[in-house]
Amino acid sequence: MPVIEILKDPSALSMTVVAELAAPLERSWQLLADPRQLERWWGPPSYPATVTEHDLTPGGHVVYYMTGPGGERPRGWWRVLAVDPPRSLEVEDGFADADGDPDPNMPVMTMRFTLEEAAGKTLLTSVTTFPSLEAMQHLLAMGMEDGIRAATGQIDGILGEAA
Amino acid sequence: MYNHMVAHIPDDRQADRLLHALSDATRRDIVRRAMTGAHSVSSLAARYPMSYAAVQKHVAVLEEVGLVTKERRGRRRLVRTDIERVRAAARVLDRLEAVWRRRIERMDDLLAHQEASPPTRGEDPCP
Repeated sequence: MPVIEILKDPSALSMTVVAELAAPLERSWQLLADPRQLERWWGPPSYPATVTEHDLTPGGHVVYYMTGPGGERPRGWWRVLAVDPPRSLEVEDGFADADGDPDPNMPVMTMRFTLEEAAGKTLLTSVTTFPSLEAMQHLLAMGMEDGIRAATGQIDGILGEAA
Repeated sequence: MYNHMVAHIPDDRQADRLLHALSDATRRDIVRRAMTGAHSVSSLAARYPMSYAAVQKHVAVLEEVGLVTKERRGRRRLVRTDIERVRAAARVLDRLEAVWRRRIERMDDLLAHQEASPPTRGEDPCP
C-alpha cells in the first residue's frame, strides 16, 4: 500500500494523507499537471471525472464534472492559490452549479499538495482543510445521499453482470 | 501539530476513537473532562502546567470549531463538550479518508500501468 500515514485532526478540521508513489518527482507531478491523468484518479470509477478547464497558474482554474451511474453530473472546481512545479500546489476546492460556476451555497475546502523526491520515488503529502464544522456537516449530509446513490449503482452493476 | 491518529483503531468505543482524533494533548484532555460535565476555565487551568491564558486559548480553539460551548453562569464561564459535533467532524474525516485511500490507489495504478485499469467498485464522489 502506498499510503504511509493518514492524520485526522477534527479539532483543526483537517486531514493529512502521506503516500509514497513509485515514480520520480516529475512523473508524479503529471498526476496533477496533466488533466487526462488528473481525471483518472480524482473521481471514483462509478463517478469518472472529465476535466474541461485546467490552468495551474496562480489564480487559474481547474473545472470538471463527474458522471454518475444514473447520468447525473456533479460539477466542481479548483482555484489555484499557489503553485511551484513540480513540488507544490495549493488550491481552493469547491462545488459548481450546472453552468460550471462556483456554487456560493456550498463549502469551499483548501487542498495543499506537496511532492518530494525520495530515492527515485515521490513522497506525496495532501492536506485538506475545511472552513468550518458547519461546512463539514453540510458535506456529510450531501455525501451520504450521493453515497447511497453510488452504492445503488454498484449493486445494479453486479446484478447486471450476474444476469 | 497533528495527532498520531491512525486510520484503524481496533476500538469500538466511539468516544475513545474521537478522543484519539483530537490533535493536542491538552485540548483532548479538556474535551474529555468537559464531556461529563461543565467546567469553568479557571478550574481547567488549575489542572495544567501552563498559564490561564494558554488554557483559555485552547478552549477558544475548541470553541471556534464548535467542539465545546461556553456558557455564562454568574461570574463563571462554563465549558462543555458538544459530543454530537465531535462525532460529526470525525465522521466527515472518516469518509474523506476512504475517498483519499481510493485516490492514492488509483494514482498508484496509473503510475504502474499506463493503461486504464477497469472500474471495480463504487464509492462516494467527493469534489
